[in-house]
Amino acid sequence: MAAAALREQLNALLSSMFASGLVDDQFQQLQMLQEDGGTPGFVAEVVTLFCDDADRIISELAALLEQPIVDFDKVDAYVHQLKGSSASVGAQKVKFTCMQFRQLCQDKNRDGCIMALAVVRNEFYDLRNKFQTMLQLEQQIQAQQ
Amino acid sequence: MAAAVATETPFHVLAVDDSLPDRKLIERLLKTSSFQVTTVDSGSKALQFLGLHDDHSPVPVHTDQLDVAVNLIITDYCMPGMTGYDLLKKIKESSSLRDIPVVIMSSENIPSRINRCLEEGADEFFLKPVRLSDMNKLKPHILKSRCREHYHQEQHQQSDSNSDECSNPTNTSSSSDSSSNRKRKAADNEEILPQANRSRHS
Repeated sequence: MAAAALREQLNALLSSMFASGLVDDQFQQLQMLQEDGGTPGFVAEVVTLFCDDADRIISELAALLEQPIVDFDKVDAYVHQLKGSSASVGAQKVKFTCMQFRQLCQDKNRDGCIMALAVVRNEFYDLRNKFQTMLQLEQQIQAQQ
Repeated sequence: MAAAVATETPFHVLAVDDSLPDRKLIERLLKTSSFQVTTVDSGSKALQFLGLHDDHSPVPVHTDQLDVAVNLIITDYCMPGMTGYDLLKKIKESSSLRDIPVVIMSSENIPSRINRCLEEGADEFFLKPVRLSDMNKLKPHILKSRCREHYHQEQHQQSDSNSDECSNPTNTSSSSDSSSNRKRKAADNEEILPQANRSRHS
Protein backbone atom coordinates (compact mmCIF):
# COMPACT_ATOMS: atom_id res chain seq x y z
CA MET A 1 0.00 0.00 0.00
CA ALA A 2 1.30 3.43 -0.86
CA ALA A 3 2.80 5.50 1.95
CA ALA A 4 0.30 8.29 1.38
CA ALA A 5 -2.66 5.96 1.83
CA LEU A 6 -1.07 4.48 4.94
CA ARG A 7 -0.48 7.97 6.30
CA GLU A 8 -4.10 8.79 5.72
CA GLN A 9 -5.18 5.66 7.60
CA LEU A 10 -2.86 6.50 10.48
CA ASN A 11 -4.08 10.06 10.69
CA ALA A 12 -7.70 8.92 10.65
CA LEU A 13 -6.98 6.45 13.45
CA LEU A 14 -5.23 9.07 15.57
CA SER A 15 -8.01 11.60 14.98
CA SER A 16 -10.64 9.15 16.11
CA MET A 17 -8.63 8.23 19.19
CA PHE A 18 -8.47 11.88 20.20
CA ALA A 19 -12.04 12.63 19.21
CA SER A 20 -13.49 9.72 21.20
CA GLY A 21 -11.54 10.76 24.29
CA LEU A 22 -9.51 7.57 24.26
CA VAL A 23 -6.33 9.63 24.42
CA ASP A 24 -5.79 13.21 25.49
CA ASP A 25 -3.29 16.01 25.13
CA GLN A 26 -0.65 14.11 27.10
CA PHE A 27 -0.43 11.60 24.25
CA GLN A 28 0.20 14.50 21.92
CA GLN A 29 2.99 15.60 24.28
CA LEU A 30 4.59 12.19 23.80
CA GLN A 31 4.38 12.55 20.02
CA MET A 32 5.96 15.99 20.21
CA LEU A 33 8.71 14.70 22.50
CA GLN A 34 9.47 12.03 19.93
CA GLU A 35 9.88 14.66 17.24
CA ASP A 36 11.77 17.16 19.42
CA GLY A 37 14.17 14.55 20.67
CA GLY A 38 14.71 12.96 17.29
CA THR A 39 13.97 9.61 18.92
CA PRO A 40 11.74 7.71 16.49
CA GLY A 41 10.99 4.75 18.77
CA PHE A 42 9.98 6.75 21.82
CA VAL A 43 6.18 6.62 21.58
CA ALA A 44 6.29 2.94 20.67
CA GLU A 45 8.48 2.24 23.67
CA VAL A 46 6.39 4.14 26.21
CA VAL A 47 3.12 2.78 24.86
CA THR A 48 4.45 -0.78 24.97
CA LEU A 49 5.72 -0.33 28.54
CA PHE A 50 2.37 1.09 29.55
CA CYS A 51 0.50 -1.83 28.00
CA ASP A 52 2.72 -4.40 29.73
CA ASP A 53 2.33 -2.55 33.02
CA ALA A 54 -1.45 -2.24 32.68
CA ASP A 55 -1.78 -5.90 31.77
CA ARG A 56 0.13 -6.89 34.87
CA ILE A 57 -1.90 -4.60 37.12
CA ILE A 58 -5.21 -5.81 35.73
CA SER A 59 -4.20 -9.43 36.44
CA GLU A 60 -3.24 -8.52 40.00
CA LEU A 61 -6.54 -6.71 40.49
CA ALA A 62 -8.51 -9.69 39.22
CA ALA A 63 -6.70 -11.97 41.65
CA LEU A 64 -7.26 -9.61 44.59
CA LEU A 65 -10.96 -9.21 43.84
CA GLU A 66 -11.43 -12.98 43.71
CA GLN A 67 -10.33 -13.35 47.33
CA PRO A 68 -13.06 -14.20 49.85
CA ILE A 69 -11.96 -11.15 51.82
CA VAL A 70 -10.83 -8.32 49.61
CA ASP A 71 -7.82 -6.24 50.68
CA PHE A 72 -9.11 -2.88 49.44
CA ASP A 73 -5.90 -1.08 50.36
CA LYS A 74 -3.94 -3.29 47.99
CA VAL A 75 -6.59 -2.92 45.31
CA ASP A 76 -6.48 0.86 45.72
CA ALA A 77 -2.69 0.90 45.50
CA TYR A 78 -2.77 -0.95 42.17
CA VAL A 79 -5.54 1.22 40.77
CA HIS A 80 -3.51 4.27 41.82
CA GLN A 81 -0.54 2.90 39.87
CA LEU A 82 -2.68 2.28 36.80
CA LYS A 83 -4.21 5.73 37.05
CA GLY A 84 -0.72 7.24 37.23
CA SER A 85 0.71 5.45 34.25
CA SER A 86 -2.43 5.97 32.14
CA ALA A 87 -2.22 9.69 32.91
CA SER A 88 1.44 9.71 31.88
CA VAL A 89 0.76 8.26 28.45
CA GLY A 90 -2.46 10.15 27.89
CA ALA A 91 -4.80 7.17 28.17
CA GLN A 92 -7.71 9.35 29.19
CA LYS A 93 -10.60 6.89 29.31
CA VAL A 94 -8.63 4.38 31.34
CA LYS A 95 -7.53 7.17 33.66
CA PHE A 96 -11.09 8.38 34.30
CA THR A 97 -12.31 4.85 34.99
CA CYS A 98 -9.45 4.42 37.45
CA MET A 99 -10.58 7.54 39.28
CA GLN A 100 -14.04 6.08 39.72
CA PHE A 101 -12.51 2.74 40.62
CA ARG A 102 -10.53 4.35 43.45
CA GLN A 103 -13.67 5.85 44.89
CA LEU A 104 -15.27 2.38 44.92
CA CYS A 105 -12.19 1.02 46.70
CA GLN A 106 -12.46 3.69 49.34
CA ASP A 107 -16.14 2.81 49.77
CA LYS A 108 -15.06 -0.85 50.06
CA ASN A 109 -17.69 -1.66 47.44
CA ARG A 110 -16.69 -5.12 46.21
CA ASP A 111 -19.31 -5.48 43.48
CA GLY A 112 -18.65 -1.97 42.30
CA CYS A 113 -14.94 -2.74 42.11
CA ILE A 114 -15.54 -5.93 40.13
CA MET A 115 -17.63 -3.97 37.64
CA ALA A 116 -15.05 -1.18 37.45
CA LEU A 117 -12.36 -3.76 36.74
CA ALA A 118 -14.44 -5.14 33.85
CA VAL A 119 -14.84 -1.64 32.42
CA VAL A 120 -11.14 -0.84 32.81
CA ARG A 121 -10.19 -4.12 31.18
CA ASN A 122 -12.43 -3.48 28.15
CA GLU A 123 -11.23 0.07 27.75
CA PHE A 124 -7.63 -1.02 28.07
CA TYR A 125 -8.01 -3.79 25.48
CA ASP A 126 -9.66 -1.35 23.07
CA LEU A 127 -6.84 1.13 23.59
CA ARG A 128 -4.19 -1.55 23.23
CA ASN A 129 -5.68 -2.70 19.92
CA LYS A 130 -5.63 0.82 18.58
CA PHE A 131 -2.05 1.36 19.80
CA GLN A 132 -1.01 -1.85 18.08
CA THR A 133 -2.66 -0.79 14.81
CA MET A 134 -0.99 2.61 15.13
CA LEU A 135 2.44 1.06 15.60
CA GLN A 136 1.90 -1.37 12.71
CA LEU A 137 0.90 1.47 10.39
CA GLU A 138 3.93 3.49 11.48
CA GLN A 139 6.22 0.56 10.77
CA GLN A 140 4.69 0.06 7.34
CA ILE A 141 5.09 3.75 6.55
CA GLN A 142 8.70 3.66 7.72
CA ALA A 143 9.34 0.63 5.52
CA GLN A 144 8.13 2.59 2.51
CA GLN A 145 10.60 5.43 3.10
CA MET B 1 39.82 32.51 35.83
CA ALA B 2 38.17 31.43 39.06
CA ALA B 3 35.74 28.53 39.14
CA ALA B 4 33.20 29.23 36.43
CA VAL B 5 30.10 27.11 36.10
CA ALA B 6 30.99 24.47 33.54
CA THR B 7 28.46 24.94 30.81
CA GLU B 8 30.10 22.39 28.53
CA THR B 9 29.44 19.35 30.71
CA PRO B 10 25.71 18.74 30.92
CA PHE B 11 24.14 18.68 34.36
CA HIS B 12 23.44 15.25 35.73
CA VAL B 13 20.00 14.47 37.10
CA LEU B 14 19.08 11.39 39.11
CA ALA B 15 15.44 10.46 38.49
CA VAL B 16 13.61 8.16 40.89
CA ASP B 17 10.28 6.52 40.01
CA ASP B 18 8.90 3.03 40.58
CA SER B 19 6.75 3.16 37.41
CA LEU B 20 8.57 2.08 34.27
CA PRO B 21 6.55 4.13 31.74
CA ASP B 22 7.02 7.17 33.99
CA ARG B 23 10.75 6.55 34.17
CA LYS B 24 10.95 6.45 30.38
CA LEU B 25 9.00 9.66 30.15
CA ILE B 26 11.06 11.60 32.68
CA GLU B 27 14.23 10.31 31.08
CA ARG B 28 13.14 11.58 27.65
CA LEU B 29 12.02 14.92 29.08
CA LEU B 30 15.37 15.39 30.79
CA LYS B 31 17.46 14.26 27.83
CA THR B 32 15.50 16.50 25.47
CA SER B 33 16.39 19.34 27.84
CA SER B 34 20.09 18.45 27.58
CA PHE B 35 20.51 16.81 30.95
CA GLN B 36 22.53 13.72 31.54
CA VAL B 37 20.21 11.21 33.21
CA THR B 38 20.39 8.26 35.55
CA THR B 39 17.11 6.56 36.47
CA VAL B 40 16.46 4.23 39.42
CA ASP B 41 13.27 2.55 40.51
CA SER B 42 13.39 3.11 44.25
CA GLY B 43 14.51 5.44 47.01
CA SER B 44 16.91 2.88 48.42
CA LYS B 45 18.58 2.45 45.01
CA ALA B 46 18.82 6.22 44.78
CA LEU B 47 20.62 6.37 48.13
CA GLN B 48 22.93 3.57 47.04
CA PHE B 49 23.77 5.47 43.87
CA LEU B 50 24.41 8.60 45.90
CA GLY B 51 26.78 6.72 48.17
CA LEU B 52 24.62 6.32 51.28
CA HIS B 53 24.30 2.67 52.08
CA ASP B 54 21.95 2.67 55.03
CA ASP B 55 20.76 4.99 57.83
CA HIS B 56 23.18 3.50 60.26
CA SER B 57 26.23 4.03 58.13
CA PRO B 58 28.40 6.53 60.00
CA VAL B 59 30.92 6.79 57.19
CA PRO B 60 30.49 10.13 55.45
CA VAL B 61 30.58 9.87 51.70
CA HIS B 62 31.37 13.05 49.87
CA THR B 63 29.95 13.91 46.51
CA ASP B 64 33.40 14.10 45.00
CA GLN B 65 33.77 10.43 45.76
CA LEU B 66 30.83 9.64 43.49
CA ASP B 67 31.80 8.39 40.09
CA VAL B 68 29.62 11.06 38.54
CA ALA B 69 28.40 14.10 40.44
CA VAL B 70 24.65 14.46 40.76
CA ASN B 71 23.41 18.01 40.27
CA LEU B 72 19.72 17.47 40.97
CA ILE B 73 17.43 14.70 42.19
CA ILE B 74 13.88 14.39 40.90
CA THR B 75 11.70 11.83 42.60
CA ASP B 76 8.16 10.51 42.56
CA TYR B 77 6.31 10.94 45.85
CA CYS B 78 4.27 7.70 45.95
CA MET B 79 6.63 4.77 45.91
CA PRO B 80 6.43 1.49 47.81
CA GLY B 81 8.84 1.18 50.74
CA MET B 82 10.63 4.51 50.80
CA THR B 83 8.45 7.34 49.60
CA GLY B 84 9.82 10.41 47.83
CA TYR B 85 9.32 12.28 51.08
CA ASP B 86 11.38 9.71 53.01
CA LEU B 87 14.09 9.99 50.39
CA LEU B 88 14.02 13.78 50.61
CA LYS B 89 14.47 13.61 54.38
CA LYS B 90 17.42 11.24 54.12
CA ILE B 91 19.09 13.51 51.57
CA LYS B 92 18.61 16.60 53.71
CA GLU B 93 19.96 14.75 56.76
CA SER B 94 23.16 13.91 54.93
CA SER B 95 25.92 16.48 55.19
CA SER B 96 27.33 15.42 51.85
CA LEU B 97 24.05 15.40 49.95
CA ARG B 98 21.91 18.12 51.52
CA ASP B 99 22.97 20.78 49.03
CA ILE B 100 21.75 18.82 46.03
CA PRO B 101 18.42 20.33 44.94
CA VAL B 102 15.48 17.92 45.17
CA VAL B 103 12.28 18.06 43.13
CA ILE B 104 9.22 16.01 44.05
CA MET B 105 6.68 14.75 41.49
CA SER B 106 3.19 13.57 42.29
CA SER B 107 0.05 12.69 40.39
CA GLU B 108 -2.04 14.02 43.26
CA ASN B 109 -2.52 17.70 43.98
CA ILE B 110 -2.63 17.65 47.78
CA PRO B 111 -1.63 21.03 49.26
CA SER B 112 -0.63 19.58 52.65
CA ARG B 113 1.64 17.10 50.89
CA ILE B 114 3.19 19.83 48.77
CA ASN B 115 3.79 22.05 51.80
CA ARG B 116 5.28 19.19 53.79
CA CYS B 117 7.79 18.55 51.02
CA LEU B 118 8.69 22.18 50.57
CA GLU B 119 9.13 22.58 54.32
CA GLU B 120 11.42 19.58 54.38
CA GLY B 121 13.62 21.32 51.82
CA ALA B 122 12.31 20.28 48.42
CA ASP B 123 13.08 22.97 45.88
CA GLU B 124 10.13 22.37 43.60
CA PHE B 125 7.00 20.28 43.28
CA PHE B 126 5.76 19.05 39.89
CA LEU B 127 2.29 17.73 39.25
CA LYS B 128 2.31 14.67 37.02
CA PRO B 129 2.25 14.21 34.14
CA VAL B 130 5.40 16.28 34.00
CA ARG B 131 5.78 18.51 30.95
CA LEU B 132 8.71 19.66 28.89
CA SER B 133 8.15 23.21 30.13
CA ASP B 134 8.69 21.98 33.71
CA MET B 135 12.26 21.09 32.75
CA ASN B 136 13.09 24.79 32.41
CA LYS B 137 12.56 25.15 36.15
CA LEU B 138 15.39 22.76 37.00
CA LYS B 139 18.51 24.60 35.87
CA PRO B 140 17.91 27.69 38.08
CA HIS B 141 17.86 25.43 41.16
CA ILE B 142 21.12 23.78 40.11
CA LEU B 143 22.81 27.12 39.46
CA LYS B 144 21.48 28.58 42.71
CA SER B 145 22.90 25.73 44.74
CA ARG B 146 26.25 26.03 42.97
CA CYS B 147 26.41 29.78 43.57
CA ARG B 148 25.51 29.23 47.20
CA GLU B 149 28.27 26.63 47.48
CA HIS B 150 30.78 28.91 45.80
CA TYR B 151 29.70 31.89 47.92
CA HIS B 152 30.21 29.85 51.08
CA GLN B 153 33.65 28.80 49.92
CA GLU B 154 34.56 32.39 49.09
CA GLN B 155 33.25 33.68 52.40
CA HIS B 156 35.41 31.14 54.15
CA GLN B 157 38.46 32.31 52.20
CA GLN B 158 37.68 36.00 52.81
CA SER B 159 37.37 35.56 56.55
CA ASP B 160 40.83 34.01 56.58
CA SER B 161 42.48 37.02 54.96
CA ASN B 162 42.54 40.50 56.51
CA SER B 163 39.32 42.41 56.10
CA ASP B 164 40.93 45.91 56.07
CA GLU B 165 42.25 45.53 52.59
CA CYS B 166 39.02 44.50 50.95
CA SER B 167 39.96 44.93 47.35
CA ASN B 168 36.69 44.54 45.62
CA PRO B 169 36.68 45.87 42.06
CA THR B 170 32.96 46.67 42.11
CA ASN B 171 33.15 48.64 45.34
CA THR B 172 33.55 52.13 44.05
CA SER B 173 31.68 53.89 46.83
CA SER B 174 33.69 56.00 49.23
CA SER B 175 32.89 57.90 52.34
CA SER B 176 34.75 60.80 53.91
CA ASP B 177 34.66 59.23 57.35
CA SER B 178 37.42 56.64 57.44
CA SER B 179 36.13 54.48 60.28
CA SER B 180 32.65 54.21 58.85
CA ASN B 181 34.25 53.58 55.49
CA ARG B 182 35.97 50.52 56.85
CA LYS B 183 32.74 49.25 58.39
CA ARG B 184 30.90 50.02 55.16
CA LYS B 185 33.49 48.18 53.11
CA ALA B 186 33.06 45.10 55.27
CA ALA B 187 29.29 45.29 54.94
CA ASP B 188 29.48 46.04 51.23
CA ASN B 189 31.80 43.14 50.78
CA GLU B 190 29.10 40.74 51.96
CA GLU B 191 26.51 42.28 49.68
CA ILE B 192 28.75 42.55 46.67
CA LEU B 193 30.31 39.10 46.73
CA PRO B 194 27.28 37.34 45.15
CA GLN B 195 27.26 39.90 42.36
CA ALA B 196 30.94 39.31 41.77
CA ASN B 197 30.16 35.61 41.52
CA ARG B 198 27.43 36.30 39.02
CA SER B 199 29.58 38.40 36.75
CA ARG B 200 32.24 35.73 36.70
CA HIS B 201 29.70 33.10 35.83
CA SER B 202 27.93 34.93 33.04
